[in-house]
Amino acid sequence: MSTPFYVSPEQLMKDRADFARKGIARGRSLAAVQYADGVLLVTENPSKALHKVSELYDRLAFAAVGRYNEFENLRIAGVRLADMRGYAYDRRDVTGRGLANAYAQTLGTIFSSGGEKPYEVEIFVAEVGKTAADDQIYRLTYEGRVADEHGYAVMGGDADTVASYLKEHYTDGASLDAALAVAVSALGHSSDERGEAQDRVIPVEDLEVAVLDRTRSQPRKFRRILPGKLTELLGERGPAEAAPEAHVSETPTNGGTEEPPVAPPLA
Amino acid sequence: MTGDARIPAAFLRPGTSSFSDFIGENAPDLLPARRSLPAGTAADLAPHGTTIVAATFPGGVVMAGDRRATMGNVIAQRDIQKVFPADEYSVVGIAGTAGLAVEMVRLFQVELEHYEKIEGSVLSLDGKANRLSALIRANLGMAMQGLAVVPMFAGFDLDSEVGRIFGYDVTGGRHEEAAFFTVGSGSLFARGALKKLYREDLSQDDTVRVCLQALYDAADDDSATGGPDMARRIFPIVWVVTAEGALELTQEDIGALADEVVAARFARPDGPLAPLPGGDSSTGSAGDNGQEA
Repeated sequence: MSTPFYVSPEQLMKDRADFARKGIARGRSLAAVQYADGVLLVTENPSKALHKVSELYDRLAFAAVGRYNEFENLRIAGVRLADMRGYAYDRRDVTGRGLANAYAQTLGTIFSSGGEKPYEVEIFVAEVGKTAADDQIYRLTYEGRVADEHGYAVMGGDADTVASYLKEHYTDGASLDAALAVAVSALGHSSDERGEAQDRVIPVEDLEVAVLDRTRSQPRKFRRILPGKLTELLGERGPAEAAPEAHVSETPTNGGTEEPPVAPPLA
Repeated sequence: MTGDARIPAAFLRPGTSSFSDFIGENAPDLLPARRSLPAGTAADLAPHGTTIVAATFPGGVVMAGDRRATMGNVIAQRDIQKVFPADEYSVVGIAGTAGLAVEMVRLFQVELEHYEKIEGSVLSLDGKANRLSALIRANLGMAMQGLAVVPMFAGFDLDSEVGRIFGYDVTGGRHEEAAFFTVGSGSLFARGALKKLYREDLSQDDTVRVCLQALYDAADDDSATGGPDMARRIFPIVWVVTAEGALELTQEDIGALADEVVAARFARPDGPLAPLPGGDSSTGSAGDNGQEA
Protein backbone atom coordinates (compact mmCIF):
# COMPACT_ATOMS: atom_id res chain seq x y z
CA MET A 1 0.00 0.00 0.00
CA SER A 2 1.40 3.31 -1.02
CA THR A 3 1.13 6.41 1.11
CA PRO A 4 -0.03 9.47 -0.82
CA PHE A 5 2.47 12.28 -0.87
CA TYR A 6 1.55 15.53 0.79
CA VAL A 7 1.21 18.39 -1.69
CA SER A 8 0.68 21.84 -0.26
CA PRO A 9 -2.35 23.77 -1.58
CA GLU A 10 -0.03 26.50 -2.88
CA GLN A 11 1.95 23.98 -4.89
CA LEU A 12 -1.22 22.33 -6.17
CA MET A 13 -2.69 25.60 -7.43
CA LYS A 14 0.63 26.66 -8.93
CA ASP A 15 0.91 23.38 -10.82
CA ARG A 16 -2.61 23.73 -12.17
CA ALA A 17 -2.00 27.34 -13.18
CA ASP A 18 1.28 26.42 -14.93
CA PHE A 19 -0.47 23.64 -16.77
CA ALA A 20 -3.24 25.96 -18.02
CA ARG A 21 -0.87 28.78 -18.88
CA LYS A 22 1.33 26.50 -20.94
CA GLY A 23 -1.65 25.31 -22.95
CA ILE A 24 -2.79 28.84 -23.67
CA ALA A 25 0.65 30.10 -24.68
CA ARG A 26 0.99 27.33 -27.28
CA GLY A 27 -1.44 28.94 -29.75
CA ARG A 28 -1.53 32.20 -31.62
CA SER A 29 -2.40 35.55 -30.06
CA LEU A 30 -5.78 37.25 -30.29
CA ALA A 31 -6.17 41.00 -30.01
CA ALA A 32 -9.21 43.10 -29.13
CA VAL A 33 -8.92 46.75 -30.09
CA GLN A 34 -11.43 49.54 -29.51
CA TYR A 35 -11.97 51.86 -32.47
CA ALA A 36 -14.29 54.76 -33.21
CA ASP A 37 -17.39 52.67 -34.04
CA GLY A 38 -16.94 49.76 -31.65
CA VAL A 39 -14.64 46.86 -30.92
CA LEU A 40 -12.40 45.00 -33.35
CA LEU A 41 -11.36 41.38 -32.74
CA VAL A 42 -8.44 39.99 -34.72
CA THR A 43 -6.58 36.71 -34.62
CA GLU A 44 -4.53 34.48 -36.84
CA ASN A 45 -6.58 31.41 -37.64
CA PRO A 46 -6.05 29.44 -40.85
CA SER A 47 -9.27 27.45 -40.31
CA LYS A 48 -12.36 28.87 -41.97
CA ALA A 49 -14.80 26.62 -40.13
CA LEU A 50 -13.53 26.58 -36.57
CA HIS A 51 -13.92 30.11 -35.31
CA LYS A 52 -12.14 31.73 -32.41
CA VAL A 53 -14.28 34.87 -32.63
CA SER A 54 -18.06 34.67 -32.75
CA GLU A 55 -21.35 36.33 -31.94
CA LEU A 56 -22.95 35.96 -28.52
CA TYR A 57 -25.83 38.41 -28.67
CA ASP A 58 -26.97 41.74 -30.15
CA ARG A 59 -24.11 43.77 -28.69
CA LEU A 60 -21.84 41.01 -27.45
CA ALA A 61 -19.03 39.04 -29.00
CA PHE A 62 -17.02 36.10 -27.76
CA ALA A 63 -13.35 35.50 -28.48
CA ALA A 64 -11.19 32.75 -27.09
CA VAL A 65 -7.77 31.15 -27.28
CA GLY A 66 -6.62 27.79 -26.01
CA ARG A 67 -8.19 24.39 -26.36
CA TYR A 68 -10.96 24.41 -28.98
CA ASN A 69 -13.33 21.86 -27.45
CA GLU A 70 -13.26 23.67 -24.11
CA PHE A 71 -13.92 27.18 -25.34
CA GLU A 72 -16.48 25.97 -27.88
CA ASN A 73 -18.42 24.48 -24.96
CA LEU A 74 -18.24 27.79 -23.13
CA ARG A 75 -19.32 29.68 -26.25
CA ILE A 76 -22.40 27.52 -26.75
CA ALA A 77 -23.27 27.86 -23.08
CA GLY A 78 -22.98 31.63 -23.43
CA VAL A 79 -25.25 31.73 -26.50
CA ARG A 80 -27.83 29.60 -24.69
CA LEU A 81 -27.63 31.72 -21.56
CA ALA A 82 -27.94 34.98 -23.52
CA ASP A 83 -30.79 33.78 -25.74
CA MET A 84 -32.70 32.36 -22.80
CA ARG A 85 -32.34 35.49 -20.73
CA GLY A 86 -33.27 37.71 -23.67
CA TYR A 87 -36.33 35.56 -24.36
CA ALA A 88 -37.49 35.40 -20.74
CA TYR A 89 -36.92 39.11 -20.04
CA ASP A 90 -35.94 41.50 -22.81
CA ARG A 91 -33.12 41.77 -25.33
CA ARG A 92 -31.73 44.79 -23.48
CA ASP A 93 -31.38 42.76 -20.29
CA VAL A 94 -28.56 40.66 -21.73
CA THR A 95 -25.35 42.37 -20.66
CA GLY A 96 -21.66 41.64 -21.01
CA ARG A 97 -21.23 41.91 -17.26
CA GLY A 98 -23.81 39.18 -16.66
CA LEU A 99 -22.13 36.81 -19.09
CA ALA A 100 -18.62 37.62 -17.89
CA ASN A 101 -19.79 36.83 -14.36
CA ALA A 102 -21.26 33.49 -15.37
CA TYR A 103 -18.05 32.55 -17.20
CA ALA A 104 -15.91 33.65 -14.27
CA GLN A 105 -17.88 31.53 -11.81
CA THR A 106 -17.75 28.53 -14.09
CA LEU A 107 -14.03 28.75 -14.85
CA GLY A 108 -13.24 29.48 -11.20
CA THR A 109 -15.12 26.42 -9.98
CA ILE A 110 -13.50 24.14 -12.53
CA PHE A 111 -10.04 25.48 -11.70
CA SER A 112 -10.30 24.94 -7.97
CA SER A 113 -12.13 21.61 -8.02
CA GLY A 114 -9.64 18.79 -7.63
CA GLY A 115 -11.51 16.32 -9.80
CA GLU A 116 -11.25 18.07 -13.16
CA LYS A 117 -8.31 19.36 -15.09
CA PRO A 118 -8.40 23.16 -15.39
CA TYR A 119 -9.63 24.60 -18.67
CA GLU A 120 -6.77 25.74 -20.89
CA VAL A 121 -8.61 28.76 -22.22
CA GLU A 122 -8.70 32.50 -22.00
CA ILE A 123 -11.76 34.47 -23.09
CA PHE A 124 -12.79 37.97 -24.08
CA VAL A 125 -16.38 39.07 -23.81
CA ALA A 126 -16.65 42.31 -25.77
CA GLU A 127 -19.64 44.62 -25.58
CA VAL A 128 -20.42 47.60 -27.78
CA GLY A 129 -22.40 50.47 -26.26
CA LYS A 130 -24.16 53.55 -27.61
CA THR A 131 -20.91 55.55 -27.42
CA ALA A 132 -17.24 54.58 -27.30
CA ALA A 133 -17.23 55.30 -23.56
CA ASP A 134 -19.80 52.50 -23.05
CA ASP A 135 -17.73 49.86 -24.88
CA GLN A 136 -16.34 47.09 -22.69
CA ILE A 137 -13.81 44.33 -23.03
CA TYR A 138 -13.87 41.72 -20.25
CA ARG A 139 -10.93 39.37 -19.99
CA LEU A 140 -11.53 36.01 -18.33
CA THR A 141 -8.64 33.80 -17.41
CA TYR A 142 -8.42 30.03 -16.84
CA GLU A 143 -8.79 30.45 -13.05
CA GLY A 144 -11.91 32.62 -13.31
CA ARG A 145 -10.34 36.02 -12.85
CA VAL A 146 -12.23 38.88 -14.56
CA ALA A 147 -10.49 42.03 -15.71
CA ASP A 148 -11.99 45.05 -17.35
CA GLU A 149 -9.71 46.11 -20.23
CA HIS A 150 -9.55 49.52 -21.88
CA GLY A 151 -8.34 50.44 -25.35
CA TYR A 152 -6.81 47.11 -26.32
CA ALA A 153 -6.20 43.66 -24.89
CA VAL A 154 -4.22 40.64 -26.02
CA MET A 155 -4.37 37.00 -24.96
CA GLY A 156 -2.80 33.74 -26.03
CA GLY A 157 0.52 33.02 -27.72
CA ASP A 158 3.24 35.52 -26.97
CA ALA A 159 0.72 38.00 -25.57
CA ASP A 160 3.32 40.26 -23.92
CA THR A 161 5.19 41.00 -27.14
CA VAL A 162 1.97 41.74 -29.05
CA ALA A 163 0.66 43.90 -26.21
CA SER A 164 3.89 45.90 -26.05
CA TYR A 165 3.57 46.67 -29.78
CA LEU A 166 -0.04 47.75 -29.29
CA LYS A 167 0.91 49.88 -26.31
CA GLU A 168 3.27 51.83 -28.54
CA HIS A 169 0.98 52.15 -31.57
CA TYR A 170 -2.59 52.18 -30.25
CA THR A 171 -4.55 55.43 -30.56
CA ASP A 172 -7.98 56.22 -29.14
CA GLY A 173 -10.88 56.65 -31.56
CA ALA A 174 -9.06 55.36 -34.64
CA SER A 175 -10.96 54.50 -37.82
CA LEU A 176 -11.61 50.85 -38.67
CA ASP A 177 -8.82 50.55 -41.25
CA ALA A 178 -6.28 52.26 -38.98
CA ALA A 179 -7.20 50.09 -35.99
CA LEU A 180 -7.11 46.98 -38.16
CA ALA A 181 -3.69 47.84 -39.57
CA VAL A 182 -2.25 48.30 -36.06
CA ALA A 183 -3.83 45.10 -34.75
CA VAL A 184 -2.62 42.99 -37.68
CA SER A 185 0.91 44.40 -37.46
CA ALA A 186 0.89 43.69 -33.73
CA LEU A 187 -0.03 40.05 -34.31
CA GLY A 188 2.80 39.73 -36.83
CA HIS A 189 5.26 41.20 -34.34
CA SER A 190 7.48 38.79 -32.45
CA SER A 191 10.86 38.69 -30.82
CA ASP A 192 13.41 35.92 -31.33
CA GLU A 193 15.60 34.26 -28.70
CA ARG A 194 18.01 37.20 -28.63
CA GLY A 195 15.14 39.61 -28.00
CA GLU A 196 15.35 41.16 -31.46
CA ALA A 197 12.07 42.32 -32.98
CA GLN A 198 10.83 40.53 -36.08
CA ASP A 199 7.84 41.59 -38.16
CA ARG A 200 5.86 39.30 -40.39
CA VAL A 201 3.05 40.15 -42.82
CA ILE A 202 0.23 37.72 -42.01
CA PRO A 203 -1.58 36.51 -45.16
CA VAL A 204 -5.15 37.83 -45.44
CA GLU A 205 -6.53 34.27 -45.70
CA ASP A 206 -5.06 33.38 -42.31
CA LEU A 207 -6.75 36.26 -40.50
CA GLU A 208 -10.01 35.93 -38.64
CA VAL A 209 -11.50 39.36 -38.11
CA ALA A 210 -14.84 40.49 -36.73
CA VAL A 211 -16.24 43.72 -35.39
CA LEU A 212 -18.99 44.85 -33.10
CA ASP A 213 -20.08 47.87 -35.09
CA ARG A 214 -22.46 50.29 -33.37
CA THR A 215 -23.27 51.99 -36.73
CA ARG A 216 -24.82 48.78 -38.11
CA SER A 217 -28.53 49.37 -38.69
CA GLN A 218 -29.57 45.85 -37.61
CA PRO A 219 -30.00 45.16 -33.88
CA ARG A 220 -27.26 42.53 -34.16
CA LYS A 221 -24.02 44.48 -34.25
CA PHE A 222 -21.62 41.59 -34.85
CA ARG A 223 -20.11 41.36 -38.31
CA ARG A 224 -17.35 39.20 -39.74
CA ILE A 225 -14.91 40.89 -42.10
CA LEU A 226 -14.15 38.46 -44.91
CA PRO A 227 -10.87 38.25 -46.87
CA GLY A 228 -12.16 40.32 -49.81
CA LYS A 229 -13.04 43.25 -47.60
CA LEU A 230 -9.90 42.74 -45.50
CA THR A 231 -7.64 43.12 -48.52
CA GLU A 232 -9.38 46.38 -49.31
CA LEU A 233 -9.09 47.68 -45.74
CA LEU A 234 -5.47 46.68 -45.22
CA GLY A 235 -4.15 47.96 -48.53
CA GLU A 236 -0.64 47.12 -49.76
CA ARG A 237 1.46 45.47 -47.03
CA GLY A 238 4.33 43.78 -48.83
CA PRO A 239 4.91 40.01 -49.28
CA ALA A 240 2.88 37.86 -46.91
CA GLU A 241 4.43 35.12 -44.85
CA ALA A 242 2.49 32.28 -43.24
CA ALA A 243 3.03 31.34 -39.62
CA PRO A 244 6.06 29.14 -38.91
CA GLU A 245 4.81 25.53 -38.77
CA ALA A 246 6.13 24.61 -35.35
CA HIS A 247 4.22 27.33 -33.64
CA VAL A 248 0.76 26.56 -34.94
CA SER A 249 -0.40 23.77 -32.71
CA GLU A 250 -3.72 25.01 -31.54
CA THR A 251 -6.46 24.41 -34.05
CA PRO A 252 -7.40 20.77 -34.52
CA THR A 253 -7.05 21.05 -38.32
CA ASN A 254 -3.33 21.27 -37.80
CA GLY A 255 -3.28 18.10 -35.78
CA GLY A 256 -1.72 19.93 -32.85
CA THR A 257 -4.10 18.86 -30.10
CA GLU A 258 -4.55 15.31 -28.99
CA GLU A 259 -8.31 15.61 -28.62
CA PRO A 260 -10.78 16.07 -31.47
CA PRO A 261 -13.08 19.11 -31.47
CA VAL A 262 -16.50 18.57 -29.90
CA ALA A 263 -18.32 19.82 -32.98
CA PRO A 264 -17.62 18.60 -36.49
CA PRO A 265 -16.25 21.22 -38.87
CA LEU A 266 -19.09 22.92 -40.70
CA ALA A 267 -19.28 23.49 -44.40
CA MET B 1 -31.00 33.73 -11.94
CA THR B 2 -30.47 31.87 -8.68
CA GLY B 3 -27.78 32.31 -6.06
CA ASP B 4 -25.28 30.09 -7.86
CA ALA B 5 -23.90 32.25 -10.64
CA ARG B 6 -22.20 29.31 -12.31
CA ILE B 7 -23.48 28.21 -15.72
CA PRO B 8 -25.71 25.14 -15.17
CA ALA B 9 -24.30 21.85 -16.48
CA ALA B 10 -27.06 21.49 -19.08
CA PHE B 11 -25.84 24.63 -20.84
CA LEU B 12 -22.35 23.20 -21.24
CA ARG B 13 -23.52 19.87 -22.61
CA PRO B 14 -23.05 19.59 -26.37
CA GLY B 15 -26.23 18.72 -28.18
CA THR B 16 -29.13 20.50 -29.75
CA SER B 17 -28.81 23.68 -31.75
CA SER B 18 -32.56 24.33 -31.45
CA PHE B 19 -33.53 26.92 -28.88
CA SER B 20 -37.06 25.60 -28.40
CA ASP B 21 -35.77 22.06 -27.82
CA PHE B 22 -33.26 23.41 -25.33
CA ILE B 23 -35.75 25.39 -23.26
CA GLY B 24 -38.24 22.54 -23.62
CA GLU B 25 -35.76 20.46 -21.62
CA ASN B 26 -34.44 23.07 -19.24
CA ALA B 27 -37.15 25.71 -18.78
CA PRO B 28 -40.36 24.23 -20.19
CA ASP B 29 -42.56 26.88 -18.60
CA LEU B 30 -41.07 29.41 -21.05
CA LEU B 31 -42.61 27.61 -24.03
CA PRO B 32 -45.99 29.05 -25.02
CA ALA B 33 -47.39 25.63 -25.92
CA ARG B 34 -46.50 23.86 -22.67
CA ARG B 35 -49.23 25.43 -20.55
CA SER B 36 -52.20 23.29 -19.64
CA LEU B 37 -55.62 24.87 -19.88
CA PRO B 38 -58.81 23.84 -18.09
CA ALA B 39 -61.39 22.26 -20.37
CA GLY B 40 -63.70 24.49 -22.34
CA THR B 41 -63.27 27.11 -24.98
CA ALA B 42 -61.16 30.18 -24.36
CA ALA B 43 -61.74 31.82 -27.71
CA ASP B 44 -63.60 34.86 -26.31
CA LEU B 45 -60.97 35.68 -23.69
CA ALA B 46 -58.26 37.23 -25.78
CA PRO B 47 -57.93 39.59 -28.75
CA HIS B 48 -57.64 38.14 -32.23
CA GLY B 49 -55.55 39.44 -35.05
CA THR B 50 -56.89 39.27 -38.54
CA THR B 51 -55.84 39.69 -42.15
CA ILE B 52 -52.36 39.19 -43.63
CA VAL B 53 -51.59 39.22 -47.35
CA ALA B 54 -48.39 38.36 -49.19
CA ALA B 55 -47.40 38.43 -52.85
CA THR B 56 -44.19 37.68 -54.73
CA PHE B 57 -42.63 39.78 -57.46
CA PRO B 58 -39.51 39.21 -59.57
CA GLY B 59 -36.68 39.60 -57.04
CA GLY B 60 -38.60 39.36 -53.79
CA VAL B 61 -41.78 39.14 -51.79
CA VAL B 62 -44.09 41.62 -50.01
CA MET B 63 -46.07 40.89 -46.84
CA ALA B 64 -48.65 43.29 -45.45
CA GLY B 65 -51.02 43.14 -42.48
CA ASP B 66 -53.82 45.35 -41.21
CA ARG B 67 -53.61 46.86 -37.72
CA ARG B 68 -56.78 45.70 -36.00
CA ALA B 69 -57.19 43.24 -33.12
CA THR B 70 -60.75 42.37 -32.11
CA MET B 71 -62.37 40.76 -29.08
CA GLY B 72 -65.90 39.80 -30.02
CA ASN B 73 -67.57 42.98 -31.26
CA VAL B 74 -64.98 45.21 -29.61
CA ILE B 75 -61.90 46.59 -31.33
CA ALA B 76 -59.22 45.62 -28.82
CA GLN B 77 -56.33 47.43 -30.48
CA ARG B 78 -56.05 49.77 -33.44
CA ASP B 79 -52.33 49.67 -34.00
CA ILE B 80 -51.28 46.08 -33.40
CA GLN B 81 -48.27 44.83 -35.34
CA LYS B 82 -48.88 41.51 -37.07
CA VAL B 83 -46.01 41.26 -39.54
CA PHE B 84 -42.56 40.73 -38.02
CA PRO B 85 -39.07 40.11 -39.31
CA ALA B 86 -38.09 36.48 -38.60
CA ASP B 87 -34.44 37.05 -39.49
CA GLU B 88 -32.55 39.14 -42.02
CA TYR B 89 -34.10 37.39 -45.04
CA SER B 90 -37.57 36.36 -43.93
CA VAL B 91 -40.74 37.71 -42.38
CA VAL B 92 -43.65 36.14 -40.54
CA GLY B 93 -47.22 37.39 -40.32
CA ILE B 94 -49.74 36.17 -37.78
CA ALA B 95 -53.48 35.66 -37.58
CA GLY B 96 -55.37 34.20 -34.64
CA THR B 97 -54.98 34.68 -30.89
CA ALA B 98 -52.77 37.74 -30.74
CA GLY B 99 -51.02 37.13 -27.42
CA LEU B 100 -49.97 33.58 -28.25
CA ALA B 101 -49.10 34.51 -31.82
CA VAL B 102 -46.75 37.30 -30.79
CA GLU B 103 -45.08 34.95 -28.31
CA MET B 104 -44.72 32.31 -31.01
CA VAL B 105 -43.09 34.84 -33.31
CA ARG B 106 -40.64 35.82 -30.56
CA LEU B 107 -39.75 32.18 -30.05
CA PHE B 108 -39.37 31.67 -33.79
CA GLN B 109 -37.07 34.68 -34.09
CA VAL B 110 -34.82 33.40 -31.29
CA GLU B 111 -34.96 29.90 -32.78
CA LEU B 112 -33.53 31.09 -36.11
CA GLU B 113 -30.92 33.36 -34.55
CA HIS B 114 -29.87 30.67 -32.06
CA TYR B 115 -29.30 28.13 -34.80
CA GLU B 116 -27.32 30.65 -36.81
CA LYS B 117 -25.06 31.48 -33.87
CA ILE B 118 -24.49 27.91 -32.68
CA GLU B 119 -23.97 26.34 -36.10
CA GLY B 120 -22.29 29.30 -37.74
CA SER B 121 -24.52 28.98 -40.81
CA VAL B 122 -28.02 30.10 -41.76
CA LEU B 123 -30.91 27.63 -42.11
CA SER B 124 -32.33 27.14 -45.60
CA LEU B 125 -35.68 28.81 -46.24
CA ASP B 126 -37.39 25.40 -46.19
CA GLY B 127 -35.64 24.62 -42.93
CA LYS B 128 -36.99 27.80 -41.39
CA ALA B 129 -40.49 27.04 -42.69
CA ASN B 130 -40.32 23.55 -41.14
CA ARG B 131 -39.23 24.91 -37.76
CA LEU B 132 -42.30 27.17 -37.78
CA SER B 133 -44.45 24.10 -38.53
CA ALA B 134 -43.11 22.42 -35.41
CA LEU B 135 -43.93 25.44 -33.26
CA ILE B 136 -47.50 25.58 -34.59
CA ARG B 137 -47.98 21.85 -34.10
CA ALA B 138 -46.95 22.19 -30.45
CA ASN B 139 -49.83 24.64 -30.04
CA LEU B 140 -52.51 22.23 -31.32
CA GLY B 141 -54.01 21.59 -27.87
CA MET B 142 -54.65 25.28 -27.36
CA ALA B 143 -55.91 25.65 -30.92
CA MET B 144 -58.59 23.06 -30.13
CA GLN B 145 -59.74 25.24 -27.25
CA GLY B 146 -60.17 28.23 -29.49
CA LEU B 147 -56.69 29.73 -29.15
CA ALA B 148 -55.47 29.00 -32.64
CA VAL B 149 -52.47 30.70 -34.20
CA VAL B 150 -52.15 30.61 -37.98
CA PRO B 151 -49.04 32.32 -39.27
CA MET B 152 -47.78 32.91 -42.75
CA PHE B 153 -44.09 32.83 -43.58
CA ALA B 154 -42.31 34.48 -46.49
CA GLY B 155 -38.72 35.05 -47.37
CA PHE B 156 -36.07 35.43 -49.98
CA ASP B 157 -34.47 32.10 -50.87
CA LEU B 158 -30.76 32.81 -51.13
CA ASP B 159 -30.18 29.55 -53.04
CA SER B 160 -32.75 29.96 -55.81
CA GLU B 161 -32.86 33.77 -55.52
CA VAL B 162 -36.65 34.13 -55.53
CA GLY B 163 -39.24 35.25 -53.01
CA ARG B 164 -41.30 32.38 -51.58
CA ILE B 165 -44.45 32.19 -49.44
CA PHE B 166 -45.51 29.43 -47.04
CA GLY B 167 -49.01 29.00 -45.61
CA TYR B 168 -49.91 26.86 -42.58
CA ASP B 169 -52.89 25.23 -40.94
CA VAL B 170 -53.42 24.83 -37.16
CA THR B 171 -51.92 21.33 -37.15
CA GLY B 172 -48.64 22.66 -38.49
CA GLY B 173 -49.34 21.49 -42.05
CA ARG B 174 -47.24 23.56 -44.38
CA HIS B 175 -47.84 24.37 -48.01
CA GLU B 176 -45.91 26.55 -50.35
CA GLU B 177 -47.94 29.10 -52.22
CA ALA B 178 -47.16 30.28 -55.70
CA ALA B 179 -47.59 33.98 -56.36
CA PHE B 180 -49.77 35.15 -53.43
CA PHE B 181 -51.54 34.05 -50.25
CA THR B 182 -53.77 35.44 -47.50
CA VAL B 183 -54.71 34.37 -43.95
CA GLY B 184 -57.13 35.62 -41.30
CA SER B 185 -60.79 36.50 -41.12
CA GLY B 186 -60.69 38.88 -44.09
CA SER B 187 -58.54 36.55 -46.16
CA LEU B 188 -61.32 35.41 -48.50
CA PHE B 189 -62.05 38.96 -49.61
CA ALA B 190 -58.38 39.83 -49.86
CA ARG B 191 -57.70 36.72 -51.90
CA GLY B 192 -60.51 37.62 -54.30
CA ALA B 193 -58.96 41.03 -54.82
CA LEU B 194 -55.47 39.56 -55.31
CA LYS B 195 -56.77 37.11 -57.89
CA LYS B 196 -57.99 39.98 -60.03
CA LEU B 197 -55.10 42.39 -59.47
CA TYR B 198 -52.02 40.18 -59.25
CA ARG B 199 -49.70 39.73 -62.21
CA GLU B 200 -46.35 37.97 -62.26
CA ASP B 201 -44.39 40.90 -63.65
CA LEU B 202 -45.43 43.50 -61.07
CA SER B 203 -42.74 45.86 -59.83
CA GLN B 204 -42.00 46.06 -56.11
CA ASP B 205 -44.01 49.28 -55.69
CA ASP B 206 -46.97 47.89 -57.63
CA THR B 207 -46.92 44.72 -55.53
CA VAL B 208 -47.20 46.90 -52.43
CA ARG B 209 -50.13 48.75 -54.09
CA VAL B 210 -51.87 45.46 -54.90
CA CYS B 211 -51.46 44.31 -51.28
CA LEU B 212 -52.93 47.58 -49.98
CA GLN B 213 -55.88 47.23 -52.38
CA ALA B 214 -56.45 43.67 -51.16
CA LEU B 215 -56.37 44.79 -47.51
CA TYR B 216 -58.81 47.59 -48.32
CA ASP B 217 -61.21 45.07 -49.84
CA ALA B 218 -60.83 42.81 -46.80
CA ALA B 219 -61.64 45.72 -44.47
CA ASP B 220 -64.56 46.66 -46.72
CA ASP B 221 -66.34 43.36 -46.17
CA ASP B 222 -64.91 41.97 -42.92
CA SER B 223 -65.67 43.82 -39.69
CA ALA B 224 -62.59 42.37 -37.96
CA THR B 225 -60.14 43.80 -40.50
CA GLY B 226 -59.15 47.43 -40.15
CA GLY B 227 -58.86 49.71 -43.15
CA PRO B 228 -56.39 52.59 -43.34
CA ASP B 229 -57.15 54.88 -40.36
CA MET B 230 -57.04 58.28 -42.05
CA ALA B 231 -57.84 60.27 -38.90
CA ARG B 232 -55.09 58.72 -36.77
CA ARG B 233 -52.75 58.07 -39.71
CA ILE B 234 -52.41 54.38 -38.84
CA PHE B 235 -51.65 52.29 -41.94
CA PRO B 236 -50.94 48.64 -42.65
CA ILE B 237 -47.49 47.29 -41.79
CA VAL B 238 -45.63 46.35 -44.97
CA TRP B 239 -42.37 44.39 -45.20
CA VAL B 240 -40.44 43.84 -48.41
CA VAL B 241 -37.85 41.04 -48.62
CA THR B 242 -35.30 41.05 -51.43
CA ALA B 243 -31.70 39.94 -51.93
CA GLU B 244 -30.72 42.95 -49.79
CA GLY B 245 -32.69 41.60 -46.81
CA ALA B 246 -35.99 42.38 -45.13
CA LEU B 247 -37.03 46.01 -44.94
CA GLU B 248 -40.07 47.60 -43.33
CA LEU B 249 -41.63 50.46 -45.28
CA THR B 250 -42.11 53.63 -43.24
CA GLN B 251 -45.60 54.66 -42.19
CA GLU B 252 -45.14 57.87 -44.24
CA ASP B 253 -44.47 55.91 -47.43
CA ILE B 254 -47.39 53.57 -46.86
CA GLY B 255 -49.56 56.58 -45.91
CA ALA B 256 -48.85 58.17 -49.30
CA LEU B 257 -49.80 54.96 -51.13
CA ALA B 258 -52.87 54.48 -48.90
CA ASP B 259 -53.96 58.04 -49.70
CA GLU B 260 -53.85 57.13 -53.41
CA VAL B 261 -55.87 53.98 -52.83
CA VAL B 262 -58.48 55.76 -50.74
CA ALA B 263 -58.73 58.68 -53.18
CA ALA B 264 -59.39 56.25 -56.06
CA ARG B 265 -62.09 54.57 -53.98
CA PHE B 266 -63.97 57.86 -53.83
CA ALA B 267 -64.25 57.63 -57.63
CA ARG B 268 -64.99 53.90 -57.61
CA PRO B 269 -65.71 52.42 -54.15
CA ASP B 270 -65.25 48.83 -55.31
CA GLY B 271 -61.70 49.44 -56.42
CA PRO B 272 -59.87 48.95 -59.72
CA LEU B 273 -61.64 47.17 -62.54
CA ALA B 274 -60.06 44.05 -63.94
CA PRO B 275 -60.25 43.64 -67.72
CA LEU B 276 -62.88 41.19 -68.98
CA PRO B 277 -61.56 39.35 -72.03
CA GLY B 278 -64.26 38.47 -74.55
CA GLY B 279 -66.81 40.72 -72.85
CA ASP B 280 -69.09 43.09 -74.77
CA SER B 281 -68.29 46.28 -72.87
CA SER B 282 -64.88 47.86 -72.94
CA THR B 283 -62.73 47.82 -69.81
CA GLY B 284 -61.43 51.34 -70.37
CA SER B 285 -62.35 52.78 -66.98
CA ALA B 286 -59.53 50.94 -65.22
CA GLY B 287 -57.27 53.92 -65.85
CA ASP B 288 -59.34 56.02 -63.43
CA ASN B 289 -58.01 54.15 -60.48
CA GLY B 290 -54.52 55.40 -60.79
CA GLN B 291 -52.81 52.08 -60.17
CA GLU B 292 -53.24 50.01 -63.28
CA ALA B 293 -50.14 49.79 -65.39
